[in-house]
Amino acid sequence: MNAQASSAPSAETNTRNGAQVVIEVLREQGVEVVFGYPGGAVLPLYDELFKQDAVRHVLVRHEQGAVHAAEGYARSTGKVGVVLVTSGPGATNTVTGLTDALMDSVPVVCLTGQVPTHMIGNDAFQEADTVGITRPCTKHNYLVKRPEDLARVLHEAFEVARCGRPGPVVVDLPKNILMGPAPYCPRHAVRRRYAVRRDPDPRRIEEAVELLSRAERPIFYAGGGVINSGPRACELLTELVRETGYPITLTLMGLGAFPAEDPQFLGMVGMHGTYEANMAMYACDLMIAVGARFDDRVTGRLDGFSPGSRKIHIDIDPSSINKNVPVEVAVVGDAERSLEALLQAWRRRGLGSRRQAVAGWWAQIDRWRAVDSLRFRQEGEGIKPQHAIRRLYAFVKDKDPIITTDVGQHQMWAAQHFPIHKPLRWLTSGGLGTMGYGFPAAIGAQIAHPDKLVINISGDASWIMNMQEMSTAMQYRLPVKVFMINNRWMGMVRQWQDFFHGSRRAESYMDSLPDFVKLAEAFGATGLRATKASELDEVIAAMLETDGLVVADIQVDPVENVYPMIPGGAAHNEIKLSPEDDGVQEGISEEGMVLV
Amino acid sequence: MKAQEEERRHTICVLVDNEPGVLARVIGLFSGRGYNIDSLTVAEVDPRHKLSRINIVTSGTTFVIEQIKALLAKLVPVHEVQDLTVEGPHVARELALVKVLGDRERLVQALRIADFMHARLVDSTPGGLVFEVTGSSEEIDAFIDLVEPVEVSRAGVVAIGRGHSILGARETGEDG
Ligand SMILES: Cc1cc2nc3c(=O)[nH]c(=O)nc-3n(C[C@H](O)[C@H](O)[C@H](O)COP(=O)(O)OP(=O)(O)OC[C@H]3O[C@@H](n4cnc5c(N)ncnc54)[C@H](O)[C@@H]3O)c2cc1C
Ligand SMILES: Cc1ncc(C[n+]2csc(CCOP(=O)(O)OP(=O)(O)O)c2C)c(N)n1
Repeated sequence: MNAQASSAPSAETNTRNGAQVVIEVLREQGVEVVFGYPGGAVLPLYDELFKQDAVRHVLVRHEQGAVHAAEGYARSTGKVGVVLVTSGPGATNTVTGLTDALMDSVPVVCLTGQVPTHMIGNDAFQEADTVGITRPCTKHNYLVKRPEDLARVLHEAFEVARCGRPGPVVVDLPKNILMGPAPYCPRHAVRRRYAVRRDPDPRRIEEAVELLSRAERPIFYAGGGVINSGPRACELLTELVRETGYPITLTLMGLGAFPAEDPQFLGMVGMHGTYEANMAMYACDLMIAVGARFDDRVTGRLDGFSPGSRKIHIDIDPSSINKNVPVEVAVVGDAERSLEALLQAWRRRGLGSRRQAVAGWWAQIDRWRAVDSLRFRQEGEGIKPQHAIRRLYAFVKDKDPIITTDVGQHQMWAAQHFPIHKPLRWLTSGGLGTMGYGFPAAIGAQIAHPDKLVINISGDASWIMNMQEMSTAMQYRLPVKVFMINNRWMGMVRQWQDFFHGSRRAESYMDSLPDFVKLAEAFGATGLRATKASELDEVIAAMLETDGLVVADIQVDPVENVYPMIPGGAAHNEIKLSPEDDGVQEGISEEGMVLV
Repeated sequence: MKAQEEERRHTICVLVDNEPGVLARVIGLFSGRGYNIDSLTVAEVDPRHKLSRINIVTSGTTFVIEQIKALLAKLVPVHEVQDLTVEGPHVARELALVKVLGDRERLVQALRIADFMHARLVDSTPGGLVFEVTGSSEEIDAFIDLVEPVEVSRAGVVAIGRGHSILGARETGEDG
């Protein structure tokens, strides 16, 4: 009960043991919850967790789930997500989650147990070279070998995870360090050696505003970095876009940074982005990239990427700038501060809205919009996946839900057909594309927001990858709603096989799928099923009305494909809009075929 | 665009905290992203502050080199990155131990070359000599070409800026 007492130094010795130091750091860092799974090497830490109440532990059912849950927690709150696992297999099971967090810039601190220092290197039981294995998939990692380093390293780990471009940090904790005495060092006493420039260079801001004020065909292209920067950055972005009167597109990771139903929003950019967003990126004369990293799923073929534009790039990470695409104006800094500076400079110049000045550009965009590139036909009783997602949106749009997705077609349909209005509401695995991310991420988000509606839009194949976490959701009574777009295929794989591999559907059929309703019931959750369009609304309503974990098995048209699609290695203006749009296959170069 | 540009050799110096794993981090950055390392040296240079200096010779287009420097600067234990190739005049030296085996005639010949190329004899055994040579990489290459050794051990390039250009620990103050 008394958290204060347990981690305070014991009266006689006036020292804490390492495990108590860890708990104290967590408390001082404001950590409310740790997602973890115990084992021999971390038992001293579990023992201390047991004795206190300040830090809550959520027991997952697989360590990969712990990292994704921490990511879901982080991505829905903006805080650092924390993971605790044991040595050896516990640590190696986190690798996918850590890589995911690195690729998508999610702040996570992962504490791993380790064999005692004197046994490191001996192939001891459950020993793994965790710092070696996780070095390339973390922003930074540490092995704590001396008790006097423990508190400092842990505080620094949090600092590194959240500072600048966020990312995962591993701290490997040998068991003897946890058990032996260790001095405490408060957060403010730790010498900072990791600093990141956040304020933009005013000269670059002036150059940017100069270009902005003279653009004829401008477009804002914003990404996950704006979400990372925080809700204030998203507000500033929205203000700047509205004040300039310019169009904006977002990346998959940026969804929610600008209200999706605003008429200035052109939809998502990239491989499965809208026609108008991609054509506008292609034809613009000025691109303002904010917290977006010119990913190959966005740029398509580089020499065909926006050939006639000048580019401004705002990014906190200098290594993101000029990495794939050279830019004219590089603004190194935090999105919030840079947008603030841009907005002020814009106002100082009294520029006002340039909507009229770029009326011709908007007219062109409206013509592209008229193509209606996200159209689909819902006919008869077969459920089109896009229709299912739109119906879901119709039911929950006023409930401000948090959406998580897995990876595949359903992810793209969710991005296209489920408008996201605010930041921290859209949790998806973009950079690594990790199937199995969505359900544990939903659990993490639900832990952070017990009263919010959290929906995992998933696919049958993805969901199976981490479905064991049903047990976690049941234990903590988490009312996550799983909206499974079940097409009985690894749909995205099948789509590529149909497009690029002569429809030879090798190993992409999900044979022997379980009965998802019974499966949910076996865990004590509720299972629902819709097989016909006429059942859809009823099932969605029931899913929302039912307390606790619900798995809704939405059986959709098995062979629907995601459009539009810019095949790998093609340029934005080579976008395919529908199956009738001549064979994609012929249009794709060998160079494009090697892309993923 | 990037591919057409010419690759160039750069000498990059990095001041790092001398802590476990720091070298692995730097090397991993190069190997993980497919960059070249032509030469790499590392040693502690400031024991009081526990700072080591890593000298790296790498080659790449301007884009790649800029990327390498940005990625190096991002590493937590890295204090400062200096690209001597672009940041002005510098001196770069290398040390090599060069072993020559052979009959008397060959060894005498090697001694003569060593003499006019300023290599130092550091060991001699019956039928074998070891020379120490320091200089620019090109001078060492030239010496090796001439003496046709059986074995070479090179220390890699160490470099330093001329005049007032100093690679020193930057202040890591908090920025807001
Ligand atoms: C099946 C599938 C299909 C996909 N299709 C698409 C698609 O059609 N379109 C699409 O867009 N993506 C798509 N993706 C996602 C794609 O792979 C990339 O993950 C995504 O495009 C990257 O988004 P981003 O550019 O916003 O960068 P992020 O990965 O979100 O990176 C953020 C950037 O912002 C910077 N940053 C971080 N913090 C700050 C800060 N405080 N201030 C300023 N800058 C900051 C970072 O340095 C980085 O450069 C797809 C993924 C999958 C799995
Ligand atoms: C862990 C992992 N393994 C493999 C892949 C490759 N992959 C991408 S999409 C996909 C199919 C996903 O199927 P499903 O979850 O049913 O979604 P759908 O595409 O059918 O909507 C696969 C196998 C991946 N992204 N992640």
